[in-house]
Amino acid sequence: MKIGTPKEILDGENRVAMTPDSAAQLQKLGYECLIEKGAGTAAGFSDAAYEAAGVEVVKTAASLWKAADIVAKVRIPTETEMKRLTKGKTLISFFNPAGNEEGMELAKSKGANVIAMEMVPRISRAQKMDALSSMANIAGYRAVIEAGNNFGRFFTGQVTAAGKVPPAKVLIVGAGVAGLAAIGTSTSLGAITYAFDVRPEVAEQVESMGAEFVYLDFEEDQQDGAATGGYASVQSEEFREAQLAKFRELAPEMDIVITTALIPNRPAPKLWLEDMVKAMKPGSVIVDLAAERGGNVEGTVADEKVVTDNGVTIIGYTDFPSRMAAQSSSLYATNIRHMMADLTPEKDGKVNHDMEDDVIRGSTVTYEGEITFPPPPPKVQAIAAQKKPEVKELTPEEKKAQEIAAFKAQTKQQFTLLGVGGALMLLVGLVAPASFMQHFIVFVLAIFVGFQVIWNVSHSLHTPLMAITNAISSIIIVGALMQIWSGSFLVILLAALSVFMAGINIFGGFLVTRRMLAMFQKS
Amino acid sequence: MEFGFTTAAYVVAAVLFILSLGGLSNQESAKRAVWYGIVGMALAVFATLVGPGSGLWLLSILLIIGGGLIGQYVAQRVQMTEMPQLVAAMHSLVGLAAVFVGFNAHFEIGNVAQVMAIKDSAGQADLSDLGAFAKLIAKKTSAELAILHVELFLGIFIGAITFTGSVVAYGKLAGKVTSAATKLPGGHALNAAAAGLSLICLIWYTSSGGFFPLILMTLAALFIGYHLIMGIGGADMPVVVSMLNSYSGWAAAAIGFSLGNDLLIVVGALVGSSGAILSYIMCKAMNRHFVSVILGGFGGPQGEQMAVEGEQIAIEADGVAAALNDADSIVIIPGYGMAVAQAQQSVSELVRKLRAKGKEVRFAIHPVAGRLPGHMNVLLAEAKVPYDIVLEMDEINDDFPDTDVAIVIGSNDIVNPAAQEDPNSPIAGMPVLECWKAKQVFVSKRGQGTGYSGIENPLFFKENTRMFYGDAKASLDKLLPMID
Repeated sequence: MKIGTPKEILDGENRVAMTPDSAAQLQKLGYECLIEKGAGTAAGFSDAAYEAAGVEVVKTAASLWKAADIVAKVRIPTETEMKRLTKGKTLISFFNPAGNEEGMELAKSKGANVIAMEMVPRISRAQKMDALSSMANIAGYRAVIEAGNNFGRFFTGQVTAAGKVPPAKVLIVGAGVAGLAAIGTSTSLGAITYAFDVRPEVAEQVESMGAEFVYLDFEEDQQDGAATGGYASVQSEEFREAQLAKFRELAPEMDIVITTALIPNRPAPKLWLEDMVKAMKPGSVIVDLAAERGGNVEGTVADEKVVTDNGVTIIGYTDFPSRMAAQSSSLYATNIRHMMADLTPEKDGKVNHDMEDDVIRGSTVTYEGEITFPPPPPKVQAIAAQKKPEVKELTPEEKKAQEIAAFKAQTKQQFTLLGVGGALMLLVGLVAPASFMQHFIVFVLAIFVGFQVIWNVSHSLHTPLMAITNAISSIIIVGALMQIWSGSFLVILLAALSVFMAGINIFGGFLVTRRMLAMFQKS
Repeated sequence: MEFGFTTAAYVVAAVLFILSLGGLSNQESAKRAVWYGIVGMALAVFATLVGPGSGLWLLSILLIIGGGLIGQYVAQRVQMTEMPQLVAAMHSLVGLAAVFVGFNAHFEIGNVAQVMAIKDSAGQADLSDLGAFAKLIAKKTSAELAILHVELFLGIFIGAITFTGSVVAYGKLAGKVTSAATKLPGGHALNAAAAGLSLICLIWYTSSGGFFPLILMTLAALFIGYHLIMGIGGADMPVVVSMLNSYSGWAAAAIGFSLGNDLLIVVGALVGSSGAILSYIMCKAMNRHFVSVILGGFGGPQGEQMAVEGEQIAIEADGVAAALNDADSIVIIPGYGMAVAQAQQSVSELVRKLRAKGKEVRFAIHPVAGRLPGHMNVLLAEAKVPYDIVLEMDEINDDFPDTDVAIVIGSNDIVNPAAQEDPNSPIAGMPVLECWKAKQVFVSKRGQGTGYSGIENPLFFKENTRMFYGDAKASLDKLLPMID
């Protein structure tokens, strides 16, 4: 089958859904690849590079849509594009099914199968095709870079001959994929980074990226992030008040604020109100990554950069991934490629649209003339549950007391054992003849040595240990050998049999031990 | 040859044996340690042969060589998966030899008494016809003889239990006898009766010195060995095998006492304590009392077990391959199922491929995985898995939360979260490998049934668990070409 990628129609969209690298991988799955002339130019992939990777370059969009069985693109297809679909064709793209009723109806009437990339379920297995995450990652990075571009100072603090430079303070609101990427970028540029999220369980992730998590003084049973597929949900009014109060407190200190808060299928919550913008220092920068859905910041204008009266820059661009088209194209193309790999389990270049598969079912919005959106909930959740309350840490004093108590108990136990053992020994000594006692002492000492030695044997060598103890327990052969010279035939027979059996054991035991030990090798 | 030489040789041999066991503390020194053992044994046998009063050299040497050839043949042919059976079979030989040597000691006492009864003119008994051991007996006082009776009685008793016990254990491990716990009607009362009978025989024997109580006790002990081990199920075999290992040592030590031979005593005590420690470690790993293992079967659950919710979700090889290709750190948990399917070579190949791609692959070994202490280590070593990536439970349990993929191959109870979560589970409190904390778990398993112990495993129903049904080897072989 043929898989094709047209040039993106939307103005300013630089990304492309197929790169020369991903095309090479797709060909391994058995597909022929097509690309519209100039589709990759804006992302830095020339037609020649595609041709070198074995991709056929098609002159016009119309002929590409006609030739390809599977069309992969980035942006939500326009009506013209949708009309080019025919029965049995598969379209893989961002689709926004929740707000694209007409598109779905159109696809349904055409009989085409549509896979919406934003619907890929959030489970571990599907991470490799989670385009929302890969794009959010880029957006988070770019948001910091864009903020730096509009910020008049260094990120990192410096003490130079020409004076002291304080470090920039950055607040990231919303620690999703974009937020975490922004935290990582900001801390590695040297800024003091704070982060806030309504899901307290991400505090650990935030701290692992090197930022400080902003806690609220608020007591409420937080909803477990795992119940909502790892996304944030709507908060109560009291919580929102506590949150805004905290932001108000932080606003005058912050140089850069990056907001990434989104709730699935809702307009973005307003978190950074006008008074907070006013409270910020002149020259501060706000980047609102939620601008496409109305923005988290009061005063955001989508796709624009505005400067407020008090000199705060608010950036509301919505095309951050497109601004880094080379990077985002290669990630998106890889997401698509993984999706195709799941659709082609046999690697035979034929799509097997398995509606039983969680991931494929979840992301398919129209299939064989039916609208299949919204999908049933996935069978798996891959988000960590909230932590259980931790066991109370013992103070050093308590620990010490415990150790002392344990040591005392141990001493007591040993003393008792020694005492009882010693007494028993004396009792035996009173009645037993001297010759027995000599052997008995040897016996007790040997047990003692045995215990000391065997505790040190490595766990992994327990089987060889058994084999070797087996071999040396055949030392009983010595007893048989001592008896074999006897006047009685019966005794000779039994002793001979014992010698024979012990012989088997000695050789068998040692040889098998050697065989086993020779196998243990270091890497 | 002088008696002093033999004793000196015994001392050297005993030291060599201790060094040999001590050397097993790590893989490299272990290779040297085997040689200590071999030299020690050769020295002991040689010293006994040339020592005072032994005879029939030719016969002895021929027998040793004959036995040696058989032993060598077996050692070279045995499959590593059959190690548990082999070890059990060898224990039975030691047990039987101990019984024979014990009987011999009894017969010799009788012979000596006869000879002593015929005194010559000078009032001296003619001891010239007697063997070395008999001469030793002839010197004993009556108190020493009484102790000798007790010692040889004990030697035969332990030897006989070891013999039949090991034979049954061999049968169970080799699959020739049903591995389920089976008991005769009467259960442990029968064992107790047999033990009581043996005790009576001991009193009878020490007072009369007759042969009948001895043979009666032997039969009773043989029965105890058989019935005791029959009543213990397959999953408890690691404990049983190490316990029998211990018994074979104690039998040797008891015989050493009756023969007055210090080397036998030392070695017997070493082996006995080694087996005892192994049993202890195994019991601890299963959170069970030694007594309850020996008495067999699981105790009834104390309450309603937690119901398991959810469903087992199956996955095919391509899904596993995709997850493995994406994973950075992988932990493999092998169990008895891997040994049964002979899948260790495929596992090794998988590990080699994954490691070649720069992934961190490690093994987590539960102390009671398999049917013999350390069984999995030997199997993996055979398949050329480097031992430094094979870790113990305690070393790796904390790493599971950072692990991308855990693969469970043919193990069940040792990865059962019910041990921690359900206080009413029969295995509650048993230390287990916390593989469910890994991001994703694949369980290679033959079918949906429960494992040997019949306990439902909630791991299989967890949301991050996928069941990879099929024979372990076949499944892995299907998986291998998909790792790229």
